Order: sequence, then C-alpha cells, then structure tokens
Amino acid sequence: MLVAAWLAVVGVFAGVCTLLARPGLIPSPNASPWRTILDRITRDRLALVGLAFLVTLYFAAAIAPWIAPYEYRVQLDIVELKHQAPTLAHPFGTDQYSRDVLSRVLHGARVSLSVALLSVLLAISIGTAYGGIAGFAGGRLDGIMMRLIDALLALPRILILIAVLALWGGVSLPALVILLGLTGWFGVSRLVRAQVLATRGQDFVVAARALGASPLRLFLRHVLPQAMSPVIVAATLGVGNVIMLEAGLSYLGIGVPQPRPSWGNIIQDGAEYISTQWWVTLFPGLAIVLTVMAFNVVGDALRDAMDPRQVDGR
Amino acid sequence: MVGLVLRRVGQAALIVFLVTTLTFVLLRVAPGDPFTATVEHPLIAEETREQWRAAAGLDRPIAEQYIRYLANVARGDFGPSFSKGRPVSEELASAVPNTLLLMLAALVASFVLGVALGVFQAVRRGSIADRAIGGVALFFYSMPDFWLALMVLLLFAYRLGLFPVGGMLNPWSYEYYDIWGRIANRLHHLALPAGTLTLLSAAAIARYQRSAVLDVARQDYVRTARAKGVSERRVVTRHILRNALLPVITLLGLAFPALLGGAVFVEKVFAWPGMGRLAVEAIGTRDYHLVTATVIIAGVMVSIGSLLADLLYAAVDPRLRET
Repeated sequence: MLVAAWLAVVGVFAGVCTLLARPGLIPSPNASPWRTILDRITRDRLALVGLAFLVTLYFAAAIAPWIAPYEYRVQLDIVELKHQAPTLAHPFGTDQYSRDVLSRVLHGARVSLSVALLSVLLAISIGTAYGGIAGFAGGRLDGIMMRLIDALLALPRILILIAVLALWGGVSLPALVILLGLTGWFGVSRLVRAQVLATRGQDFVVAARALGASPLRLFLRHVLPQAMSPVIVAATLGVGNVIMLEAGLSYLGIGVPQPRPSWGNIIQDGAEYISTQWWVTLFPGLAIVLTVMAFNVVGDALRDAMDPRQVDGR
Repeated sequence: MVGLVLRRVGQAALIVFLVTTLTFVLLRVAPGDPFTATVEHPLIAEETREQWRAAAGLDRPIAEQYIRYLANVARGDFGPSFSKGRPVSEELASAVPNTLLLMLAALVASFVLGVALGVFQAVRRGSIADRAIGGVALFFYSMPDFWLALMVLLLFAYRLGLFPVGGMLNPWSYEYYDIWGRIANRLHHLALPAGTLTLLSAAAIARYQRSAVLDVARQDYVRTARAKGVSERRVVTRHILRNALLPVITLLGLAFPALLGGAVFVEKVFAWPGMGRLAVEAIGTRDYHLVTATVIIAGVMVSIGSLLADLLYAAVDPRLRET
C-alpha cells in the first residue's frame, strides 16, 4: 500500500521530468498556456537542477529500506559504535544509541517528505474550497469569512501547532499530517478568493452564467482554472515551508513520534550533544536546507513562468 | 485618515478577542488541567485536587469561567500562574521585555541589511555579485531557524569560543561591572540569538526587496524618466527607490509573526529567558492563565505590527488614503 503510493508519487515526478527534459521549443504565440509555462521552465537551468534533485530525493526516499545500509532503529554496538565521528563505514557517523545516522537520514526523508507533501495537498484543497466560497458568495458572508482568516493569520502558525500538539501530546503520524494541513490553508484561501473576485466579473464568466451554467460548474470549469497558477506556486513553496515546520516540531519533541526518524527528530537526538557530536545535527539539517532550497528554486521558476506579464523572446 | 485608524484599531481588537476565545476553548477542551499536569504525585488525593480546582474556579461551567476571565483581563488582571506561584502579570513583566529586545534588535538589523542587499542586487542585476548574494540569501531563506541557531551555537560559542553559550548576562560577574561593562556584557550575550534571527529575516527581506525594485523598474514612469534624459543615478534614487521602498512596509507587518515564531526556537537554543520559552513551558504544565496571557500578548504584538504597517503605508502612499 505504502509502496504503491510512493511509486505513484515518483511516477508523477518522473513524468513531469520527461516532459521538461524536451529541448525548449520555439514558443509560438498560439501555444497553450501550459505549453508556454513548460517551455519557460525548461530554459531555466537552475530550476531544472532543483527539480532533478527533488526527483532523485523522492526516489531515494521511496526505496530507502533497500538502499539504506541499516534499518533505522537497529543499534549496532552500544559499546563500541556509540558517538562515532563520520568514517567510511558510517559516512554520517553514529548517534548516542549507536544507530547509523546515514540510514536514519534516508529513512527520515520518507517521513519528512511525505508528511509535507500530504499536508500541503490537504491545505490547498481546503483553502481552495473556502476561498472559492467566500469569493463567490460575496457580501456579508465574504466579510465574515475573511475576518476569520485575518484572525487565524494573526497568530504565528508555529505557536498554534505547538499549543495543540503539546496539549494533546504525542499524536500519531496521520494526525500530524491533518494538523499541519488544517493550519496551512489560510493564505491559500486568500489567494483563491482574490483570483475569484478578479475573474468573476469577466465577460466569459458572465457569458457562461447567461448560458445557464450552475454556480458549481461556473466555479470549477471557468473560474478555478484561472485561479490555479498562484495556488500551484504557493503549494510548491509551501512544501518547503512545511518541511521546516515539521522539523521544528519534531525538534521540540512534539512532532513525529520517536523512534521513527524524521529529519527534525534526528536533530533532536543530536542537539543534546551538539558541543562534541556535531555530525548528528549537521547532516539532517543539510538535508533539510538542500530540499527546501530545491522547492524554493522550483517554486520561484514556476512563479516567473506563470507570470502573464512576462513576454517571451525578450 | 482618522476613520482609517479607528477602523483598523477596531479590527485589531476583534482579532485579539477571537484569538483569546480560541485559546481559551482549546485549553479547556484538551485533556488534563493545571492540577493534573503540574502536580504529578500519587499521594495527592483526587479530593485535594478537586478542592484546588474549586478554589481556582475551574469547577464552574466553561461559559462562566470565560466571562469571569474576560472581565478580569479587562481590568488588567491576568490571574495567577498555577505553575510559577505568582501573578501572570509579573511573569510577563520579566519575560516580555527580553523578547522585545531580541526582536527589535533583529528587526532593525535585518531591515537595514536586507533592504541594502536587495537594492544593491537589483541595481547590479545579473552580475556575479547579484547572483552570489541571491544564492546566499536563498540558502539562509531555506534554513530552519532552530538548526541555524544550533549551528551558530556550535561554531561561534563552542568551537571558536567567541560568545557565551546562552543566557542574557554573566550571572557571576555581572554585578561587579560598571555601567559600560554591563552594557557590553548584555550585547555580548545578545549577539548570537539576535544574529541568528537577523540572518533568517534579512534573507527574506533581500529577496523581496530585489524583486520590488525590479518590478518598479519596469513601470512606464521609469521609462518616461529615462526618455526625458534624466541621469541614471537620478532615475534610480528618485524614481525607482522611492516607490520600491513602499512594499517593504508590508514586510514590516509580516516580519512580526515570523520573528515571534523564530524567537520560540532561538530562545530555546540560547536559553534566552523570554516569552517564547515561557509559552512552551506554560503549555507543558497546562498553566491556563499563563498560556492564554502569552497568546494574547503575541496576538497584540502581531496586530500592532500589521496596524503600524498599514498606517505607515497610508501615510507614505497618498493613493491608499482614498479608500
């Protein structure tokens, strides 16, 4: 089941990559918007590097149990192999329980990446629905719904999460995903609402309404496609953000439950011994930074590519 | 202008009220209460705990507790802290200034650094310097705050030994310093936590500022100015920069929640006795009044930040005063 899910995720990424790997065609003025966006991205070398990195990483995470040298909780030798500095046999060293840090980082990638991806999917679904309803309804309901969003956005997300997680203590992995999703959609709903308001009054929407399209059809078929590009950008940047959030929560000991490794969990193990055993903290942190950088680079490239003000052939 | 101020203050008050209500309900719904969490002792009978709850008024219906609490807060009384054994207001009085010091230092430093770097990048767009700074900014922008704090601690405090590993001042020698020595000692302790927050937030500001300048550079009035033969220097300083500094004001509002969230981790890593640490401790011990009070303060701080940003915006940009 889990393996199938992972293969699906990897498949999607691989598909996107083969599409992108085509040499940038000469853009024709009649090209479809998606075609133009693809063309623009394939010409952004940095974004391609970021994308390639992410694909490799997701693939490595998917097959982590087969490529990791050890199982994530196997304690190799609690006398001899405790607090080992990086060596050839253990490139990332070992931690205080004599576990191989490289294996834990690889297994941690599965947890960190899937938690982030799934919770962002949840967040953009809720945000799109909420923002769509507010923008479509307009008037008083819209006002009330947006005031609520203002209030929710007024608090740092990390504080809300710390409060809920610390109060309930040791939540399961699915619950963590749901919580991260439930606290991540406020910004998206604003984006969608703004797009809906901008699109709602345009002629093609009015025409569709005059032809008798139902509100749901109007929204899904005519308004939503226009609103998608900022949402896709926000989602890409959001995955990077959630990876950092989850790491922070796990570092405080209220995120992913131990001994299952996530990148934040491993840093939590290492932080206690930071003055001498720096490697336990350094390597998972680098994994986070590189991954989030890749997501940011791809997100920035998507934003540039989807910007209608950009004209090709400058 | 007065109408705008009043309306925004009203909105801010409403937001703080909603946030307070939300926290109040969240705490009461969560398992455990101050007297199960803080006093884990098998010899304390359940009847005794019941007596304590009754004494604190926690046996009343939630609605009644809520109204009482609001009435007390309106009178400036945040109630007793169950875990610290003294009034919540005293706890806050000792912790909030420390966090404000940390945040303000980081805010000022990161805006100066971030705006300068962003403008420099945009003016030298496409150069090696632009790309190098952009890369470094992206690197820090993609970094979890607690990890950067740990790495800074490892490098500058443990390895190089240049800075103290934590706290706000040296507890053994502080008393014996003269006034300048005390200030120097405090700055020495402030450097690493404030520096960590500054790096993180300056990276975000530089990225934002760079694209803001480039956005303005595309505007028609800039092209007009160039066409009129205005010198490049004057185009940049008078036409581009003046307008490109406006969006930064928005960032000022956004920086408050970000810095507050970052402060939670930075305070933990550097043992800084501030609000973030207090809040995490209070949540752990189910200290109802203390948690709610820290959340109210956080909400007020964030609201003031975005209020200031909005008003500043309206004051600087005449186009916004109409609405």
